[in-house]
Amino acid sequence: METVINKFRKVAPKAALLVAVAAGAALQGCSGIEGADSASTATAVAGDAASQVYVAPGKHDELYTFMSGGFSGQVSVYGVPSGRQLKVIPVFSQNPENGYGYNEETKAMLNTSFGFVPWDDLHHPKLSRTDGMTDGRWLFVNANNTPRVARLDLKTFETAEILEIPNSAGNHCSPYPTNDNEYVLAGTRFSVPINVEGDGKYEDVNFDEYKDKFRGSISFIKVDKEHGDMELDFQILVPGFDYDLANGGKGPSSDWVFFTTYNTEQANTLKEIGASQNDKDFLAAINWKLAVKYAKEGKAKEMPAYYYHNKLDEKTHIAKSEVKKSVRILRPEDCPGLMYLIPVPKSPHGIDVDPTGEYMVVSGKLASVIPVHSFSKMLKTIENKDFIGNVGGIPILRYESVLQGEVKEPGLGPLHTEFDDKGNAYSSMFVSSEIVKWTLKDLQVKDRIPVYYSVGHLVIPGGDTKKPYGKYLIAMNKITKDRYLPTGPELAQSAQLIDISGDKMKLLLDFPTIGEPHYAQAIEASKIAPNSVKMYSLEENTHPQATKKESEARVERNGNEVHVYMTAIRSHLTPDNIEGINEGDEVYFHVTNLEQDWDVPHGFAVMGNNNAELLIMPGATQTLKWVPQRPGIFPMYCTDFCSALHQEMQGYIKVSPKGSKTPIAFSTGAKKPKG
Amino acid sequence: MKTVSRLLMFLAAISIGLLFLFPMWKIFVQAPQYPEGLQMHIWVNKISGNTEYSLQNFNILNHYIGMEKIEPDSFKELVYMPYIVVFFMVTGVLVALFNLKRLVLPWVVLLMVAGSAGLLDFYMWLHKFGTNLDPHAPIKIPGMTYIPPFIGSKNLLNFHAVSLPGTGSAGIGLAILLGLVVYFLERRRQSKRLNLNS
Repeated sequence: METVINKFRKVAPKAALLVAVAAGAALQGCSGIEGADSASTATAVAGDAASQVYVAPGKHDELYTFMSGGFSGQVSVYGVPSGRQLKVIPVFSQNPENGYGYNEETKAMLNTSFGFVPWDDLHHPKLSRTDGMTDGRWLFVNANNTPRVARLDLKTFETAEILEIPNSAGNHCSPYPTNDNEYVLAGTRFSVPINVEGDGKYEDVNFDEYKDKFRGSISFIKVDKEHGDMELDFQILVPGFDYDLANGGKGPSSDWVFFTTYNTEQANTLKEIGASQNDKDFLAAINWKLAVKYAKEGKAKEMPAYYYHNKLDEKTHIAKSEVKKSVRILRPEDCPGLMYLIPVPKSPHGIDVDPTGEYMVVSGKLASVIPVHSFSKMLKTIENKDFIGNVGGIPILRYESVLQGEVKEPGLGPLHTEFDDKGNAYSSMFVSSEIVKWTLKDLQVKDRIPVYYSVGHLVIPGGDTKKPYGKYLIAMNKITKDRYLPTGPELAQSAQLIDISGDKMKLLLDFPTIGEPHYAQAIEASKIAPNSVKMYSLEENTHPQATKKESEARVERNGNEVHVYMTAIRSHLTPDNIEGINEGDEVYFHVTNLEQDWDVPHGFAVMGNNNAELLIMPGATQTLKWVPQRPGIFPMYCTDFCSALHQEMQGYIKVSPKGSKTPIAFSTGAKKPKG
Repeated sequence: MKTVSRLLMFLAAISIGLLFLFPMWKIFVQAPQYPEGLQMHIWVNKISGNTEYSLQNFNILNHYIGMEKIEPDSFKELVYMPYIVVFFMVTGVLVALFNLKRLVLPWVVLLMVAGSAGLLDFYMWLHKFGTNLDPHAPIKIPGMTYIPPFIGSKNLLNFHAVSLPGTGSAGIGLAILLGLVVYFLERRRQSKRLNLNS
């Protein structure tokens, strides 16, 4: 008895304290709006969430997630479930951090028919596929503003290739790979005048001629099976709507690709009203296999065009631009069976095909239901010629004949849908800020979970393939407001990780992302990690200005151009004392990183350079241009903390006044450099 | 010699050939920033590592403490050792082939002497490299030397070094062992025969 009382005596003060703290917290919670918010957030997070997202230090994540960087023009890579950012891959934007788009090797990557474009708006990453499944080889991404499609190599996590898309404006409906990467398709968001009858060049057009002169285009980019190299095979000239998103069929629907359209009203001004008049817009169904067949048969008409194709050579690491002068055009009116229009509730966004390939789910952000169309019914409707009209000869199928059913009262502003491995679909609701889970079997809503706030796309690992990995869902939100510590008017963009393994969705984690995460792709780490390159082979480096031994380091003058053939290895630059350079010279530092070890990049920068730095991976060569603007002594140094003697990895360049006759001289240490 | 002995002698001679297939000695080093480790492999005719660039990476690390650059070309041992190995293989085979019983023991003893000389030479290398440090080295720790362990493990600054004989050395060991077996087998046989004769 006594012991029990003693125990109680010991515990009682602690219990009292706990009660007091809890009461205090509750009172605070009631006192302010912010407190109330955080309390509601806390209830939305499952109790064991922390352990589900905890990846112990030194351990690897289960999945890679590639997120579009939106207006940053880049792709960011995250580990999931931890939400740790692993890398930012520059694609369409210059990146001073590693010299992408600044150094001589990669400048050409950003060449376009409009000249050098240092930025873009990157919306949709799509992983390459083999047999309808992600294979971890490449990532395709689109540039929305200046139409381009890029291919990223997932061995090196570098942008390998950028292809400009002619006859396109606002390359939003892009890029969509077919099930075996045969083609990557890209549709134009803005319709524009396409002078297919004439010489391809712009002829004066007035805005009120929109309906007659403006056209959309769907580009068929052929992908090399082995190396991934892209080539614009042909384009389909389509009615002058806005093409929004697309997705390829699977299984029985493998030969088809579906595109959502809006502004079927063909308004050219105040589109928020003008493009929202028709009760229904269209889902465009295109038989891509048939398109390829027609193009092969010579139905595609060659027309003049002007666009750039930029490729990074794997061995030299030098990007080269090629200017293309023509494109082949296929017209649906010449190609029976190529294209059909299926009515869908107005202004649809996402079109997503379920893992079986039978259902096409269309999310119309202004619609009150989510229509689910049936592929087999579509084929039957075509067979029965159950058409309700046509647009320029393209048949419009009867809505009711194609429709499998509608998901009733799903929420407000359905935007995009992906699938798990158990027959469930998950739709993002932009307006009501929630994710809604429903089943394909009976189209009934099963669960809903709030997200913070205004979710755009969502991604489920493999959720757009024939066998989803499931387990997690990531919501990509447009607005964060009070979710993080404030950072002035411009706030973090956000992703939210949700556990979808059980009946009920569970919020696990918020993590901020770069730019605006429009869409993402997630893939098992095991499909990428084993192939990740640790360094480049110095032996295989075929860069024409590579310096493979310190004994070959040198400085050469050619008129007012000076070429410095420099090497970097722990912990010195060779040469590190350079003279004979004059004010106004064009100096090119070709720096080769001689290291052949894992995770030993060297950086390179020169004082006052109107340029970025170099970040040179082991075995690679990169070139930095510098035009010294005044005489003096200019320090240069390694910018990446490479070793214990990194701070000593530096040197000097002496710049003489314009017109000086100082001879070129260079050295490292007291002796002449030895290899 | 009996057929079995001749066969064993032949095997002894051939097993030395392992030296051409595997390193004689391996030095493993590990440090916090080298979780994957670095390995130096010493062969009869070359110095290599677990990757193509191991030697370069060893030299980069060693230059901080002023250790002389390890350049395989500067070791004349790597040039003449293969001849010695071939010599032992050929003579071993000849002993087996021509039944030169009396030469078995001298062959084994000579091999042991050569092996010991090799070990001694290796130990001297380690000592030379570990102590012959450039006075201008960036990292100088008074009294510190960097002799890698001859056999076993040792901590050298941030590195944990382990040095062990490789499969190639096991070839020599095997050859000595088999040679001795042949020698004793034959001696026993001979003494039996002597007993019978008496």
